[in-house]
Amino acid sequence: MNSPSPSVDTPESRTELGIDYATFLSCVHCGLCTASCPTYKETLDENDSPRGRIYLMRSVADKRIELTEPIRRHLELCLDCRACETACPSGVEYGKLIEPFRNRMLPAPRDVFHRWILWKLFPNARRLERALLPARWASSLGLLSFVRATGLWKLLPRRLGRLVTLLPPLRKHPRLPSRVEAVGERRATVALFTGCVADALFRDVHWATLRVLQANGCDVIVPKNQACCGAIHYHSSQEEEARTLADQNVSAFADLDVDAVVVNVAGCGAMLKEYGHAWPEDGAGKRAQLAQKVRDVNEFLDELGWVAPLGRLPLQVTYHDACHLAHAQGVREAPRRLLERIPGLCIVPLDESDTCCGAAGSYNLTQTEMADRLARRKLQNILRTGARTVVSANAGCTLQILRQATLEGIRLRVVHPVQLLQESLEAAQQ
Amino acid sequence: MASTSDTTVPARILSTLQKIVGNRHVLSSRSERLVYECDGFTLEKNTPDVVVFPRTTEEIAQIVRLCHEHGVPVLPRGAGTSLAGGGLPVGGGVLVVLTRMKDILEIHPDDRYAVVEPGCVNVWLSLALRGTGLHYAPDPSSQGACTIGGNVATNSGGPHTLKYGVTVNHVLAVEVVLADGEVVVLGSPAEDTPGLDLLGAMVGSEGTLGIVTKVWVRLTPDPQGYRTMLAIFDSVDDATTAISRIIGAGIIPAALEMMDQGIIEAVEAAFQFGFPLDAGAVLLIEVDGLEAGLDRQQQDVTQLCRDCRAREVRVAADARERMRLWKCRKEAFGAIGRLSPSYCTQDGVVPRTQLPEILRRIRETGEKYRLRIVNVFHAGDGNIHPILLFDERDSDQVDRVLRASHEILSACLELGGSVTGEHGIGVEKIGFMDQMFSSSDLEAMHALRQAFNPRGLLSPGKLLPTAGACGIEQRHPGRRAAL
Ligand SMILES: Cc1cc2nc3c(=O)[nH]c(=O)nc-3n(C[C@H](O)[C@H](O)[C@H](O)COP(=O)(O)OP(=O)(O)OC[C@H]3O[C@@H](n4cnc5c(N)ncnc54)[C@H](O)[C@@H]3O)c2cc1C
Ligand code: SF4
Ligand code: SF4
Repeated sequence: MNSPSPSVDTPESRTELGIDYATFLSCVHCGLCTASCPTYKETLDENDSPRGRIYLMRSVADKRIELTEPIRRHLELCLDCRACETACPSGVEYGKLIEPFRNRMLPAPRDVFHRWILWKLFPNARRLERALLPARWASSLGLLSFVRATGLWKLLPRRLGRLVTLLPPLRKHPRLPSRVEAVGERRATVALFTGCVADALFRDVHWATLRVLQANGCDVIVPKNQACCGAIHYHSSQEEEARTLADQNVSAFADLDVDAVVVNVAGCGAMLKEYGHAWPEDGAGKRAQLAQKVRDVNEFLDELGWVAPLGRLPLQVTYHDACHLAHAQGVREAPRRLLERIPGLCIVPLDESDTCCGAAGSYNLTQTEMADRLARRKLQNILRTGARTVVSANAGCTLQILRQATLEGIRLRVVHPVQLLQESLEAAQQ
Repeated sequence: MASTSDTTVPARILSTLQKIVGNRHVLSSRSERLVYECDGFTLEKNTPDVVVFPRTTEEIAQIVRLCHEHGVPVLPRGAGTSLAGGGLPVGGGVLVVLTRMKDILEIHPDDRYAVVEPGCVNVWLSLALRGTGLHYAPDPSSQGACTIGGNVATNSGGPHTLKYGVTVNHVLAVEVVLADGEVVVLGSPAEDTPGLDLLGAMVGSEGTLGIVTKVWVRLTPDPQGYRTMLAIFDSVDDATTAISRIIGAGIIPAALEMMDQGIIEAVEAAFQFGFPLDAGAVLLIEVDGLEAGLDRQQQDVTQLCRDCRAREVRVAADARERMRLWKCRKEAFGAIGRLSPSYCTQDGVVPRTQLPEILRRIRETGEKYRLRIVNVFHAGDGNIHPILLFDERDSDQVDRVLRASHEILSACLELGGSVTGEHGIGVEKIGFMDQMFSSSDLEAMHALRQAFNPRGLLSPGKLLPTAGACGIEQRHPGRRAAL
């Protein structure tokens, strides 16, 4: 059971681990972060808390303990949701500990699923779209819901089966134009980041984003040669691959004369904003330049100031804080302020709104038990609000919440803030 | 399970513990027990022999009985935010972690009480009470993480305890597992039970008299309104004089907090509230109650501050500004990381009128030991938290911090105060007990513990010094975040 750790030697290990030892020291061990950690709230074991994980990583670095199987499990169970960074008054940069530690110390998964589906198929929007074609037909024929409802998905290989249960209703949306013009006076020029999974599954959100930006006086450019943000690779120890994707995005966006690069998937936005310090080696300067321009669409609209006329939308909704928006990017008030502008919309507060739903990138495909527990917890909190429309600014959360609702036979609508804003725009035109 | 059991607890006990709470809820491998070797106090460490996570009172009773039979030490633990080493497993043994017992069992708005399990996090109760017009008053700065069981065991306070009192004023009854495994209820949800006040003895006993397994807490009506003020002074002396004047005038603010210039600098860097960097000290003063009287109280406080040469008195314009002010105060220590790589927070009490004197002495101590010391504290009840800044990599500084801390706490005693306002004795301050109490006081306390905990197996080495031993040898001040 006790598999020995790869040899870690201090002080060289500190660079070998890719961790700046001072970051360990910045944790004063006060414990204020524990109760904000989703995995700790479920297991209630300090080993599954931020303070505990920092202690474990440091103890491995100091060679006080070996990286045994149970310790590995506690570290792998971390969602990397960063709720602990929000909670920590001492400003401990937890992400700068767990990410390098995982990349160096925990072996990269080598199974077919990771190699072919996560790393090869997902990042390529075209390929993914083609691969999903049968699923789209199945969806239009009602086959997918049949497979889900009957539990037939359980017959598929485990992770593929889960993937099927995650698919939203698939509809075909026209490809995005390469440029749209502002309605009325031009107030800004922006580029839209479209991503991989999002473009294949949520093109309607991209369309809504275009419309909403246009209506508020933005010219929007959609660069064709852009790539996946690389988050999936980066978070499963494929740093090299991720950097290649980052550099592809640098060449797609860096030379554009735009005020901002707008992103509507929180997970991608968080990754793009990290470009500056994820890889300190050459090209870091250009990556940092791109990172500085990146804005979540909520953040951008809130800063720009909303001007378009909005019509009534008599709806009860509740807002879920995506980890990658609230904790990683610190964007909490902007989407709420935007939604509050919609006449007739009633926003019911959601308990534990910023507790991870268990999606966490590909976590829901790898740490299935915890992902399910967190999804159930999220859904219960949602149901308690009485609202049956959930607003989520992250594609992964949307899929996860929808999946849980479908499995429990509950009708729920999960939308992106820009979709409600677009509906309200349309209501104003009628 | 042999492969994981590198613990020294007898194998027979281990397997019985596993039967009691289930295999999944026992940690016996050394690597998984390691995180339980200390709490918010990191000067001393000792790994427990085994960690168990019970779910019910009955399970705890069985665990305690088993340990009693085998002469194994037992130590309860909540969230592990103690700053005095309350959670340090001094004699090894079985660590009983109460975090799984986290439910809010009942809320009775009409009778104004709630029943919670000990592992319920303080702020979860506040959240559950939203909309009822009631709240649970004790609000330690650690309320987002610490448990109500831990609060009861340490008799926690917080900024608002100046007006509302500490935990003991808000606990109506507790269910406790005694040292031999017997389960008793002390107190009652009905006010004023006759007989000996055993409940009062239990609250603040730091786990030495029993393990709290259920708590009946009093709920307090929310005040109708607040006025939150920020008074800015040129000198610390003026600020502390104002504190005495305000209380002397019969005004009981809901909270009365002081931050000195060093803290202002850190807080301003972190939150950009707009504190003047050249001020000597600021007071954060909150009055609450019926809307009708508040403006008057606000005027009185403002006038008293002006009389003490306040440069300016600002009033929080709305709820959002009030929240921001409180955030600056409650997270002030987090900002201290911006001033220095390491810091050590002390916790002492002096009579309010001695505040100017103790602050002078702290300043002198700082000069003597060439250390920068900054202050942020619950001024209203004379509970000071001097924070000593240093670099833990420099052993000479570490040594000076230790000596300076000791001197400051001794000064508190000399001025008629105490060496802990709210963080408890734990293991950290055990060495001060015989300075604080006469030997007959200590004997009485020993006798009480003896009655509840005759074999000394419950929380050994805590709170009361054992004859001959005078606390632990301190080598290294904790890098602590506490206010
Ligand atoms: C940043 C920070 C700020 C703080 N601010 C304040 C403050 O404003 N006011 C204040 O009073 N304290 C404060 N503290 C100290 C600490 O949070 C309190 O003492 C708190 O009550 C401890 O609760 P806990 O659940 O973490 O208990 P633990 O730390 O786990 O345990 C504390 C003690 O209680 C015992 N214990 C725990 N649960 C039980 C139980 N169910 N039955 C019997 N004994 C038990 C333990 O054995 C131990 O001796 C602060 C701490 C930090 C880190
Ligand atoms: S990460 Fe921050 S909040 Fe958590 S224990 Fe460390 S210092 Fe405290
Ligand atoms: S990143 Fe999330 S799951 Fe991981 S320790 Fe922090 S709060 Fe817990």
